[in-house]
Amino acid sequence: MTVEVEQHQNIVVRFAGDSGDGMQLTGTNFTLATALHGNNLSTFPDFPAEIRAPVGATFGVSAFQIYFGSEDVTTAGDEVEVLVAMNPAALITNLKYLVPGGLVIIDSGAFNDKNLSKAKYESNPIEDGSLDAYKVLAIDIHSQVIAAVEEFGLGHKMALRCKNMWTLGLVFWLFDRDKKSTIDGLKAKFANKPEIANANVAALNAGNAYAETAELPSGIEVYKVPKAEQKPGTYRNMDGSTSLAWGLIAGGQLANLGVLFASYPITPASSLLHTLAARKEFDVITFQAEDEIAAVCAAIGASFAGSLGVTSSAGPGIALKQEAISLAVSAELPLIVVNTQRGGPSTGLPTKTEQSDLLQAIYGRHGDTPLPVVASSHPGDCFDAAIEAVRLATKYMTPVMLLSDGYIANASEPWLIPDFDEYDAFPVTFHDKPEGFTPSLRDAETLARVWAKPGTEGLEHRIGGIEKSYDTGDISYDPDNHQKMTDTRKAKIDNIADDIPLQKVHLGNNSGKLAVVGWGSTYGAIHQAVKRSIKQGLDVAHIHIRHMWPLPANLNQLLSAYDNILIPEMNTGQLVKIIRSEYLLDAKALNKVSGQPFKISEIESAIKTELN
Amino acid sequence: MNQAVNKLTLKDFTSDQEVRWCPGCGDYAILKTIQKLMPEFDQPKENQVFVSGIGCSSRFPYYMNTYGFHTIHGRAPSIATGVKLANPELDVWVITGDGDALSIGGNHTMHALRRNVNLNILLFNNEIYGLTKGQYSPTSKVGTRSPSTPQGSIDLPLSPCAVALGSGAAYVARSIDTEMKHLSAVIKTAHAHEGASFVEILQNCPIYNDGIFENVKDKKIAADFRVEIEHGQPLVFGKEKNKGIRLNIESLALEIVTIGEDCSLEEVLVHDQTNLTLAQLIGAMGGNNDDGEDFPVAVGVIYHNPKPNYVDDLIIQREQLRQGKDKGSINDLLRSGHTWEVA
Repeated sequence: MTVEVEQHQNIVVRFAGDSGDGMQLTGTNFTLATALHGNNLSTFPDFPAEIRAPVGATFGVSAFQIYFGSEDVTTAGDEVEVLVAMNPAALITNLKYLVPGGLVIIDSGAFNDKNLSKAKYESNPIEDGSLDAYKVLAIDIHSQVIAAVEEFGLGHKMALRCKNMWTLGLVFWLFDRDKKSTIDGLKAKFANKPEIANANVAALNAGNAYAETAELPSGIEVYKVPKAEQKPGTYRNMDGSTSLAWGLIAGGQLANLGVLFASYPITPASSLLHTLAARKEFDVITFQAEDEIAAVCAAIGASFAGSLGVTSSAGPGIALKQEAISLAVSAELPLIVVNTQRGGPSTGLPTKTEQSDLLQAIYGRHGDTPLPVVASSHPGDCFDAAIEAVRLATKYMTPVMLLSDGYIANASEPWLIPDFDEYDAFPVTFHDKPEGFTPSLRDAETLARVWAKPGTEGLEHRIGGIEKSYDTGDISYDPDNHQKMTDTRKAKIDNIADDIPLQKVHLGNNSGKLAVVGWGSTYGAIHQAVKRSIKQGLDVAHIHIRHMWPLPANLNQLLSAYDNILIPEMNTGQLVKIIRSEYLLDAKALNKVSGQPFKISEIESAIKTELN
Repeated sequence: MNQAVNKLTLKDFTSDQEVRWCPGCGDYAILKTIQKLMPEFDQPKENQVFVSGIGCSSRFPYYMNTYGFHTIHGRAPSIATGVKLANPELDVWVITGDGDALSIGGNHTMHALRRNVNLNILLFNNEIYGLTKGQYSPTSKVGTRSPSTPQGSIDLPLSPCAVALGSGAAYVARSIDTEMKHLSAVIKTAHAHEGASFVEILQNCPIYNDGIFENVKDKKIAADFRVEIEHGQPLVFGKEKNKGIRLNIESLALEIVTIGEDCSLEEVLVHDQTNLTLAQLIGAMGGNNDDGEDFPVAVGVIYHNPKPNYVDDLIIQREQLRQGKDKGSINDLLRSGHTWEVA
């Protein structure tokens, strides 16, 4: 066929289908091929809470969005230029993301009366002119895939399950991606079921060949997306959940500690448990507890016994753990608590993202219970954020809250693999000298309590949640002692501000008209919005905070150098409250609580408003 | 090491902390029994860890000169599980009470037993909340008058041993606070059991529930109100040793018989500690409910039938995976799966 070619520096593709259509698998295969092609990329899986919603239902639509190109890509993109819709429900729920003039690829085989009515279409959008604003590629993928896999003798239902691979083959051709990584992956995944592997490969090839040989309607072009300039080195695709899990294993090795990861299944945090459970060749034990409280308590018990206790959950589960976290603060034991935040309150939006647990992380316990809070800001960053959390927990004998969210956990990006030998180790020294020992001994500099683990001769001691004497560690109800212990616990955490990097400006000048201050997964959107604004000549900078508590020592001074401060958050304004109350600065909030990440354009327009 | 262990005495296990239970509390006797028993376990004292929750009994670890962790209400089994998983060499004890283990911590008790983590769980049952000043507990008799039930409690109590058996415990026993010899013997077998062991200790609270177990403790009358069970021995009790427990095959229920009158000794039920059905019947005897009330309380090992334990199986799985290899390499991990080079 004659092929028109359209050049794109960056482009957004969104795959949408029924939750049983395999859209996440399609998306991850496209991601890998795109990474191997040499583009920068960022992905956003957007799936429903229902595991298998009724076929054709709008609430069962599962989508996967990828933004890729030659420039630096830090979000999954605002405006979709190519939409794949496997059925009417996918079309009606996702068409709003497609830019006018964008391409929509439709499986017309799924646009029957039943599916149209389930999606509440009164007439078939392929025929009634309602898609006139877009380029439409409607193919009866149902029939195509049945024909393509006929020789493998799969039943009708099994044969149809290959339609995602057929579609992927077509999209591969449109973007000139190599099929090899997908074929290798299918063969490995179905090593024990060669007929399934072969059928999927045949479907992939057939979709690819269809695009190459069929007369595609005019106006549909091959998309040319130049390779990105990337730092040399070895890369892999990294999602936030794997990155965080590996960071915990790595942190354990740097601290020279075994890790006990105790958790209770909860969306979107469970993948941490799965990843670590499969890595027992490392010094990691995973424990699926009977509930959230048992999970955090088992982790605390492990820390008491000389391992690194780690627990994880999402917001509702963290709320259940808070009483025990206060015990770890009181007993001064290391503990990592990972919160993969999701839409709240209560069950809220379990599969959607939000940043609404910052105040819970910093303040959400009983009593005066300060602890460090570290926030990761993108998938690759989770690895280093987890190591930093382990360093602080073991050096200061304190629980550390490590924040991620549903977006970071599921999103992926190409990651330049670091050389782990270059990481500084921070091995823990357990106390082993009986002379003069009390469990209340403290490091004069860090104020960290001594760590004496059971099994050490001569150091038998008791600790607990009752207030302890500063001098002996024994139970003490003395008023002055409680004041002193409360002050000490606070000073210990406050001191950490001197042991963390000074806050830097990620983009823009160290002073000026406007600082956009973010934390967590808004990193990508803020980065792009500020970059675009600077290009347009606006005086704006991007500051992104990792250490949410204690805050970096220079943050007040740094922020004071800007005329205005804008804080975009996926909550109703939590960091903004802290900045205002800690520094008496007139920071303004930009809030979005829809379960969806910020668009670049939303932040860009807020910057413009702020500067006018 | 063994030589040093053998030299340990009760004094070595007594901490320097002043004991703060009420005068006459049954906990004193239990503490003394365990302190005295400790040297008999072939373990250096630094390997002993006592974990407790909240309540009067949960102050126990402070008085043991071992490692101890006084934690939060109901959660001792979970924290103890973490201790044991982190270091299986340790001897881990859970000290708990009826409110701690069966009310706020019921879920953790159930799962620690089901999972069969190698913990020694000692439940001091005084059928009352002591530390919070006398409210009724999940083991209190119906009608218990307390600050929260001025007209008498109306909810039905549960039996700790029945809960333990129902949770799948492989070792369940009952003993009495002040009976050092009996209690020592029970705790010794509990300690030797590989897996979770559960011992209910009937304990008197002289302040809020005084004399609740007087029938089974008072030497003058106890013989009629309790039956000391032993594996392979008939369930005989009474001052004259002429009363027995028989299993009625038709009703599948227990009944009290008088030996020589309505029953011969051969017909009396013989205790089989490996039989779960019998254990459930015997464990419920003398309980605070209609079915048990007329029966004597069984003291001794009610059920002992070892099964695979969590920690051993965890270690086996790990060894299978590692196959003698040392720790994994992080650099290899980071480069596992699909990677690509950018020149």
